[in-house]
Amino acid sequence: MRTLSFSDATLEAMQEEMRRDATVFLMGEDIAKQGGIFGQFKGLPQEFGFDRVRDTPISEAALVGAGVGAALTGCRPVVDMHFADFITCSMDELVNQAAKLRYMFGEQCVVPMTLRAPDGITKSAGSQHSQALESWFMHTPGLEVVVPADPEDAKGLLKAAIRSDNPTLYFEHKALFPQKGAVPDDDDFVVPLGKAKTMRGGADALIVTYGITVGRAMDAAKQLEADGIDVTVLNLRTIWPLDYDAIANAVARTHRVVVAHEAVRVGGVGGEIAAWIGEHCFDDLDGPVIRLGAAHVPVPFAPVLQEAMYPKAPMIADATRRLVRREV
Amino acid sequence: MAKTLSAPVEGARRELGITLLRTMIRIRVLEEGIEKHFLAGDIPGFAHLSIGQEAVAAGTCANLRTDDAIASTHRGHGHTLAKGTSMRGMVAELFARSTGICKGKGGSMHIADFSVGMLGANGVVAGGFGLVAGAALSAVQRKTDQVAVCFFGDGATNRGPFHENLNLCAVWNLPAIFVLENNQYASTTSTAETMKITDVAIRAGGYGMPSAIVDGFDAFAVYDAVGAAVERARTAGGPTFVECKTYRARGHYIGDPERYRRKTEVEDVMSSSDPIVRMQGTLAEALSPEEFERLWSEAREEFADAVAFARSSPSPQREEAFFGAYTGDRDAHDPVHAIEARERDTFMPFAPDIGAGSQGSGH
Repeated sequence: MRTLSFSDATLEAMQEEMRRDATVFLMGEDIAKQGGIFGQFKGLPQEFGFDRVRDTPISEAALVGAGVGAALTGCRPVVDMHFADFITCSMDELVNQAAKLRYMFGEQCVVPMTLRAPDGITKSAGSQHSQALESWFMHTPGLEVVVPADPEDAKGLLKAAIRSDNPTLYFEHKALFPQKGAVPDDDDFVVPLGKAKTMRGGADALIVTYGITVGRAMDAAKQLEADGIDVTVLNLRTIWPLDYDAIANAVARTHRVVVAHEAVRVGGVGGEIAAWIGEHCFDDLDGPVIRLGAAHVPVPFAPVLQEAMYPKAPMIADATRRLVRREV
Repeated sequence: MAKTLSAPVEGARRELGITLLRTMIRIRVLEEGIEKHFLAGDIPGFAHLSIGQEAVAAGTCANLRTDDAIASTHRGHGHTLAKGTSMRGMVAELFARSTGICKGKGGSMHIADFSVGMLGANGVVAGGFGLVAGAALSAVQRKTDQVAVCFFGDGATNRGPFHENLNLCAVWNLPAIFVLENNQYASTTSTAETMKITDVAIRAGGYGMPSAIVDGFDAFAVYDAVGAAVERARTAGGPTFVECKTYRARGHYIGDPERYRRKTEVEDVMSSSDPIVRMQGTLAEALSPEEFERLWSEAREEFADAVAFARSSPSPQREEAFFGAYTGDRDAHDPVHAIEARERDTFMPFAPDIGAGSQGSGH
């Protein structure tokens, strides 16, 4: 194991997959000469050339559309969206084209495209540069959706996304890029899609989460230890395919469930998980499934407003504590 | 509309003319047959006919290799057939049979044939631009001399992806050819009402892309213009825009009441410009009446065979509804297929066995 930043873990994943497979190429705004706004592409054009690491016009619809076309014809494009919010400019290409072509063409084709989408709330980026939109794409059949939580996930999930023959959205939280963590040395290390990871295994309650909220849930778990509450934290890693079996197994051991994410709570991933647990694990439950997510408002600019409207460790700890103490 | 100079129709040019005529006749017979069977209730969904526009499909695809790519539109039967898809596979698909080229999951608006480089009809106007830019980019990345052709209508040129992808292909010098079928109507609205210009090709100039304007009723003219564009693309000369002035002799869709134009308008255009009549005239000295008739009878036989094949083919198994969105072995216990199998088990007890020809109640 080595210690790498999240950003460098994604860089290594790109390097290894580009060395491994000549059909992998990368395109996006400000990635080649600038190295990406988070430095996540630094040095790639020097090794692989400007044909395989392409700076593009600000044309999201064309980038995703061309990504789909290249994926249909023998390449493995990685398209960088700059900010996840800009996926909205390429919704037809993603939802009507990428997601559906394999199914509606009777499995004649594959669409091995990866969409890198830096998302989430950080540094007063404001309403149009802060969203977490994964639930839209979980809702769209044909897409895979992954959300890494730490450098290990960042590397292993990105490599898995690139190797996948399905269109895969890779939501990477902007605030995670500088975060450091242990990453396996193996240059063939891949995190399998559709498999959750148990981050800690306490029996008093379960916090189901993903992405940056995994770290917040781990902080909450530490705070709960002081109250004698030992929780399981399940890092989903992949939002679709969702690891329902891991959720069911963890519910059976813990009986109390909090689902937490940074995306808007209403209509979010947590709703799907809570409803599914209600349908399938009802007899295992000792209380209601609690959903935590951002308030149903755009992300505001002022730091004091921004920090008020999405769940972090104290809110997660509080909800879990009240659930365990049957105060809900 | 400019008259094309009549080149001497002999030798290779004669053979080419016969090829173009045969393709156009096959498209016409196929589409008149689709119209008949759609109205008889054999074909569910929507279908859009390209009758009147056959010269564009035939003239363009005659320049292409099997490994070149095309992307088509909702009006794509002609492009698909001209690129080399079998009539059997197409008709079975339109009849919603399991033997259809897309196993009955696509239908008229979403027909594709990757074995001949046909990347799909597209239910979204302007949906093909990105696919073609990507296929052209892919050829560059993989260092092949393949080209990619995008068919689209005048209506698509008012959408954003047209502009983004033309710019991208131009600035990256990609081997793409943009073949506009300017058929004078965007759905039911005339181009006069949707754009200020009459020659859409001038839009290409805004992206630094060379363009040509041709008589889209003249398959030779289309062939020659697209041929030059294909040659340029294959030799790293970059993309070209070819505007084919043509006309949609049928409504936007089968069943369109066509309140937006006079019947005499259609009759006037087709009586003077029908691309098949035009080519038969051009080849009048080169082919005997019997040889012309044989092209028609062969196409009719091919279509009758395709209909018989479709009718004798089974509907898709209902279980097929739940599989195919993702790759992988259905017997393997991977996460996606476990989920798909659960969906199947949830719905199958209630899935009505209504057969391929039924329209489905939708409620």
